[in-house]
Amino acid sequence: MRYLPLTDADRADMLAAIGVGAIDDLFVDIPADKRVDGTLDLPSHRSELAVEAALKRLAAKNVPADTVPFFVGAGAYKHHVPSTVDHLIQRSEFLTSYTPYQPEVSQGTLQVLFEFQTQVAELTGMEVANASMYDGSTAAAEAVLMANRVTKRRKAIVAGGVHPHYRDVIKTVVGMADDELVCMEPDPAGTEYIAAEIDEDTACIVVQSPSFFGHLLDLKPLAEAAHAKGALLVAVFTEVVALAAIEPPGAQGADIVVGEGQSLGNPLTFGGPYVGLFATRQKFLRQMPGRLCGETVDADGKRGYVLTLSTREQHIRRDKATSNICTNSGLCALAFSIHATLLGGTGLMRLAAVNHAQTVKLVERLESVRGVEVLTDTFFNEITLRVDRNAAALVDDLAEHGVLAGVPVSRLLPGTEFDDLLILAVTECVSDDDIKALCTALSEAL
Amino acid sequence: MVKRFTQDHEWLDIDGHVATVGITNYAQIQLGDVVFVELPEVGKTLAKGDEAAVVESVKAASEVYAPVSGEVIEVNTALPDAPDMVNKEPEEGGWFVKIRFEDEAEVANLMDETGYQTFLDTL
Amino acid sequence: MMNANGRPTRAEESSRSANDDVSTFTGNAALDIEEPLIFEIGRTEATGVDLPEPAAVAPRLGKHARRAPLSLPGLTEPETMRHYVRLSRQNYAIDLGVYPLGSCTMKHNPRLNEKMARLPGFADVHPLQPAQTSEGAVALMAELSHWLMELTGMAAVALSPKAGAHGELCGMMAIKAALSARGETRSKVLVPESAHGTNPATAALLGYKVEAIPAREDGTVDVEAVKARLDSDVAAIMLTNPNTCGLFERDVAEIAEAVHAVGAYFYGDGANFNAIMGKVRPGDLGIDAMHINLHKTFSTPHGGGGPGAGPVVLSERLAPFAPLPYLRLEDGKPVLVEHASDTEDGAKPFGRMCAFHGQMGMYVRALSYMMSHGADGLRQAAEDAVLSANYLKARLGDVMTVAYPERPAMHEVLFKDDFLDETGVTTLDFAKAMIDEGFHPMTMYFPLVVHGAMLVEPTESESRANLDLFVATLRDLAMAASRGDTGRFKAAPRHAPRRRLDETGAARHPVLRWTKPEPRPIEPVEAAE
Repeated sequence: MRYLPLTDADRADMLAAIGVGAIDDLFVDIPADKRVDGTLDLPSHRSELAVEAALKRLAAKNVPADTVPFFVGAGAYKHHVPSTVDHLIQRSEFLTSYTPYQPEVSQGTLQVLFEFQTQVAELTGMEVANASMYDGSTAAAEAVLMANRVTKRRKAIVAGGVHPHYRDVIKTVVGMADDELVCMEPDPAGTEYIAAEIDEDTACIVVQSPSFFGHLLDLKPLAEAAHAKGALLVAVFTEVVALAAIEPPGAQGADIVVGEGQSLGNPLTFGGPYVGLFATRQKFLRQMPGRLCGETVDADGKRGYVLTLSTREQHIRRDKATSNICTNSGLCALAFSIHATLLGGTGLMRLAAVNHAQTVKLVERLESVRGVEVLTDTFFNEITLRVDRNAAALVDDLAEHGVLAGVPVSRLLPGTEFDDLLILAVTECVSDDDIKALCTALSEAL
Repeated sequence: MVKRFTQDHEWLDIDGHVATVGITNYAQIQLGDVVFVELPEVGKTLAKGDEAAVVESVKAASEVYAPVSGEVIEVNTALPDAPDMVNKEPEEGGWFVKIRFEDEAEVANLMDETGYQTFLDTL
Repeated sequence: MMNANGRPTRAEESSRSANDDVSTFTGNAALDIEEPLIFEIGRTEATGVDLPEPAAVAPRLGKHARRAPLSLPGLTEPETMRHYVRLSRQNYAIDLGVYPLGSCTMKHNPRLNEKMARLPGFADVHPLQPAQTSEGAVALMAELSHWLMELTGMAAVALSPKAGAHGELCGMMAIKAALSARGETRSKVLVPESAHGTNPATAALLGYKVEAIPAREDGTVDVEAVKARLDSDVAAIMLTNPNTCGLFERDVAEIAEAVHAVGAYFYGDGANFNAIMGKVRPGDLGIDAMHINLHKTFSTPHGGGGPGAGPVVLSERLAPFAPLPYLRLEDGKPVLVEHASDTEDGAKPFGRMCAFHGQMGMYVRALSYMMSHGADGLRQAAEDAVLSANYLKARLGDVMTVAYPERPAMHEVLFKDDFLDETGVTTLDFAKAMIDEGFHPMTMYFPLVVHGAMLVEPTESESRANLDLFVATLRDLAMAASRGDTGRFKAAPRHAPRRRLDETGAARHPVLRWTKPEPRPIEPVEAAE
């Protein structure tokens, strides 16, 4: 048992020191008739070699993104993560430390969080950001609850361009909290006609840009329409790299900005763990959920950092807390922050430009593919196609030929209405050869 | 002007039908360094026992309950920017709200200074 | 006294104490190196990533293109490495020493877990790529589910919650959905005073009124107090077992029976499942829903505050309400059910907890740990954790005040601050002095049911020698406090990267991000008369 340092002799000694005869004397409070007798239907301990072999067998049944032309996005993106990132996040002091509740011996984590908060605020164009949330979708749900608190209203409107999973998470949380929610019909055309729906009861509108379908939206008129009725604009994104190419939501009047930070520093990992980003205006700070790190000084007057404003949180406010949230996504936030530092402002803008250029190239090439119509007019690195056959079947066909050609919209919006729509994402990992392979495969399959 | 106290460690300076409300020196010592105070809007009507304000230290948050029913006619606008007033002058400059109340019976049962001191001795 | 190699052998001959007053030019102290913020050392145009020139294309960003450049600092690769390595050295970690945070379970994090989670077949797989290209990932989720259900004796598991509190929310949502399916709305949730703050926060988020249940003299929940509060308006009880005082709630079966008798549900907070895995199954105790913190019980790293993972096991009665996505066997093969429209008869998923399928990276790590330990090893780990906690209790009980001496501790032992009465030393001071001794403090001031709480959880990962040094240190500190040596406590920590920090100032004037310093005003030239 390689993870257990106590020997049988230690155990016997320790039992004697405690003054009991057997280990089960310490478990006497468990009702005798309820204890596990005999063994469970589970295997016994195994060597590192054996476990590794078993898990590798499972891993081998999956197709890694790196091994094929890969265009799958819709909320999670295949980007190249510099090797420095993964090395640094495996430093024992980052990997195996707890939440920095003892700031004197947690300055490393705390300074990283302070830097992270500043990076997120700058990227989103907002004044303050928290130390991260579970993921983009849960951050979006928290944003709606926060908007209800700020406006003292209870109705949210979710735009048709919001990622369907995000919409469903909001719906679940808001519904369970007995608040009101209006969800607009999915909007593959990118018209986003939400403004007319806002009324005096509306706490917020939730709008995504780039949208689930890839459209870029002008948030400014939406912010104005919301503010005119005393409502807030919650701006959502799933591809954080886009913020280096487009006008940040903060500059367009958003009140709360939430999104997914996975694209920087974090691998796909079949959907998690990821890192939710959450930023807002200074004036709403007290209603913001999640951990916050702040600057201060120590007893010698040296600059240092602490978790602060924690009276908002569950461990103090209990049933009056702003959220039940108890954790952030610390290590993923660290990965995000390191990757952003390695890129720098200019580098991140260049990364965004490379993503966009490759996407434009794909769109140009698709013009010569029969049976394909590109629905997205302005976009960053993600587009929606209408194809001449069932998109899910098409994707399956192409997978047979070693091309992972994107996400059929029906995977997230089941039914027949959108079954000819396909969403493709293009990052710096997509080569010109990959684009060619996709277009050739599409031409053959359509 | 008479001064009265509640078992929630609030004090009231009663001037006719206006009560100035704050938290006692004992309460501020229990809380520790006050870092944030949230006050109600002027004009708000409170029933006795409603949450009138929130006072927070680094590690604790407490509600201040309205000791009488009535309308909030003034709040201490200096407090949000200088919450340490609650620690420095809890029973003077660190007041929270002024409430115009109607029902004199609500203040009749409150403790006076000696009564509050006796109450503290039982804690 | 010098030894043959000319090195000092006695502490007072080293120059350490004399050095305390000498400041260095840099402000550094050998290996303790001060590190500025990236905003103070980085440059917008510096980069550690070589990117190609973007192809010359006609942009399609329309009028949405960014107007101002992105003002984020960059560092080259060597500078980046140094920045973060230096920061890392200002953190305590389990890999450095004993980290006895009660109820947080800081156990060893095996590196096999990390290696397995990074296999491209897990790390480089997209949650929405075609099902036939990710069968291994789904199979892993099914395997993990089997372990969790078998260890807990429960009928189903919702894997997707992303942390313990998220799991609580999921379990309580399942309860609310089940009540609503019965056509009932109930308004109250019972929560013991000793509960984690997340319990009342979760119940309140779902619109429930929280009713506190007082503890008995011995630190466990009073079954009569529960019964007195149970009626047809109670939706659920939320109970941690073992509880946050480190005690097993021995009336748990009777509580479950009473709760079920009024049609309510039993939510078990599984934060402390590590104490009982392989010893007793929550399903056999009448629990209807329980989250499991993979980052506590199953060794996935805490990462300085997440990511966690909080799968929820569900009883037969709650299983139909499990959120999307969930696993179903089709022709003996596990598949993910992602939509309400795909559910079979009887399933009524209450909604969705997060985008995609949950914390896959944590599933791999947890399964790697479970397979390594096996059923026998997990049971042994629980026994060693409980043994170690009781050993600390036995060895420290005469100098520190055990809060509940009469019952055996489970995986953690709770002390209260009576032994510090009249010493002028507080629980906080005591904890800070532990930092100087090279230990991470225990959980302080939690649970709220005893004064000056100190909750110590050694876990199964400490050797006998580590436990004995920990005991000797705490005994020494307790005796120092009782003989009035307050200097050792009040100024502590002295040897950490920072002394005590001004949390009041941080909260009164929050500075939550770096801002460019104002340029210094130009000194006005004195006007001539």
